Amino acid sequence: MTKSGQKNRGRLRSSQFYYNYTHSPSAIISTILIILIAFLALVGPYITPQNPFDLSSLDLSNAYLPPIGSEGADPQFILGTDQQGRDIFSAVVYGSRTSLYIGVVGVVLCSALGIFLGVLAGYYGGKADSIIMRIADIQLSFPSILIAMFLMSILGRGVGNVLIALMLVGWVKFARTVRGETLKIRKMEYVDAARVIGLPNWRIIVQYILPNVMTSIIVLATMQVGTFILLEATLSFLGMGVPVTEPSLGMLCSDGYKVLSSGRWWVSIFPGLYIVFIVFAINMLGDFLRDELNPKLK
Amino acid sequence: MVKTILQRFFQMIIVMIVVTILVFLMSYKISNPVYLLLPETATDEQVAEAMKELGLDRPLYIQYGIFLKNVLHGDFGNSYFYHQSALSVILEKMPATMELVLVTMILTILIGIPLGVFAGAYPKRLTSKATMTLSIFGVSLPSFWVGMILIYVFSLGLRVTPVSGRGAVGTILGIETSLATLDGWHHIILPSITLALGNIASIIRLTRAGTQEQMRQDYVKFARAKGVATRKVLFGHALKNTLIPVITILGLQLGDLIAFTTITETIFAWPGMGKMALDAISQNDRPIISAYLLMVSGMFILINFIVDVLYTVIDPRVSLGGEE
Repeated sequence: MTKSGQKNRGRLRSSQFYYNYTHSPSAIISTILIILIAFLALVGPYITPQNPFDLSSLDLSNAYLPPIGSEGADPQFILGTDQQGRDIFSAVVYGSRTSLYIGVVGVVLCSALGIFLGVLAGYYGGKADSIIMRIADIQLSFPSILIAMFLMSILGRGVGNVLIALMLVGWVKFARTVRGETLKIRKMEYVDAARVIGLPNWRIIVQYILPNVMTSIIVLATMQVGTFILLEATLSFLGMGVPVTEPSLGMLCSDGYKVLSSGRWWVSIFPGLYIVFIVFAINMLGDFLRDELNPKLK
Repeated sequence: MVKTILQRFFQMIIVMIVVTILVFLMSYKISNPVYLLLPETATDEQVAEAMKELGLDRPLYIQYGIFLKNVLHGDFGNSYFYHQSALSVILEKMPATMELVLVTMILTILIGIPLGVFAGAYPKRLTSKATMTLSIFGVSLPSFWVGMILIYVFSLGLRVTPVSGRGAVGTILGIETSLATLDGWHHIILPSITLALGNIASIIRLTRAGTQEQMRQDYVKFARAKGVATRKVLFGHALKNTLIPVITILGLQLGDLIAFTTITETIFAWPGMGKMALDAISQNDRPIISAYLLMVSGMFILINFIVDVLYTVIDPRVSLGGEE
């Protein structure tokens, strides 16, 4: 460990944020849950009993086995199987990989777009500002689920298309926040000083503006991952999200919904429960971060 | 104030025009209706001829002009599936959706606002903390899954509610609605709870934040110093000021609710316009899709406009910009 690294660690340890974090049960629990979820998604292919999306590994004679604890269960399939003899546990783990991938990559994409447009609007102002903010206002008057459905019906199913739709749905929140903060920071004395010594605009943005909007971005981004995972699940449930060949928790629920009335509850309940579990953990952490870092954010 | 309202009105018209362009481009891109009308064996010439007949060979802006003219006359075309005008199909389905939204809104207000005020006024109490954690849980629930669970537990398991459908309808003030019959109420409970859960959660959070902010204000401190009981301060003074942003959000949530009826109605087989829209997408019923999008967009834009105007009326401190 280098000297400056040690110094930074000491600063972190003595900070108010660190103290509050270590004294907040919900923050710690949600962090542990998120680490567990991410770990399970990463090592998923190595620990699940089968690859549920490799058709050759499925055996139709295993169809509709109930989860362990019920009569007729097979200990090999702890959460039961679906109509194709697919292990629900494996399917849920594989589905969570898609959910997390789309949630995280979607947020990275839409925050990049939002930060770019927000800085453009806030730092340069003028025409760009009024055009960008007008579009944002208009978009905000439409529910994001409807915009996403509209876009998906044009683009068609696909992981890439879901990401595009999420990016176009989510950039507004980032752009508005970044713009607001950029407007404030731009008037600070250190930015004036930087301008006086002749730094080009892009360096002022990278060195002074961006680091100062980062905390808000982190809070927004955390909350947005949860929102996007829910949105993807909903789109896939409706058959407008990822294609049938991709594992998806939303699609598993919609498959299971068809057999719910015949009493085969496990096919749809477990995938949905895992969505709730993931999104709840992320939202708990996001809630803590917002209270700590920027209580003004909604 | 008249000036700002006019300004907003003008803006509203522009947004509406933008929406018609988007919907037109979408329906133009999604499918060519010629292929739905002609047999699969049609030759290229037949296709070209049919396109000419329908005016599809003309420049895009002229086609848009025709589309806009028809829309302004309330003519969205005939549904390919229902074989009647798209507008009449939607108007027929609208009451079912609106009654669902109405019941959901009432649930949201009756449950969400009191809980939010309580959690904001007594933030240290255990019940307040539990409410807040539950509200995070509430926003983490996928609505399609909540609907499924409710059906599984109450309809299939306990058999206390019907599985799906709208039930018997009666007439109130000339509108056919299931709210007029007991059977209808029986059917509406589960879908409206499904729709309300997420909404209640976010209203709790907002009301709490607003109440907390008001409790820090000088007038609250003064009233307390004077010896006014906390409950009186809370409901006599703080609540009034908290409600202003809450009303705005409720108005905006109305739009979200209408959008989410698509999912709820599909799960509960509720015969409203949300289910109709999703069915239309899978059946590629172009006139219905564009009519639905235009209708709900129009509603959202109108709701936004009304909320903005109400805002200035309720809270005289707010100006919508423009005037000082």
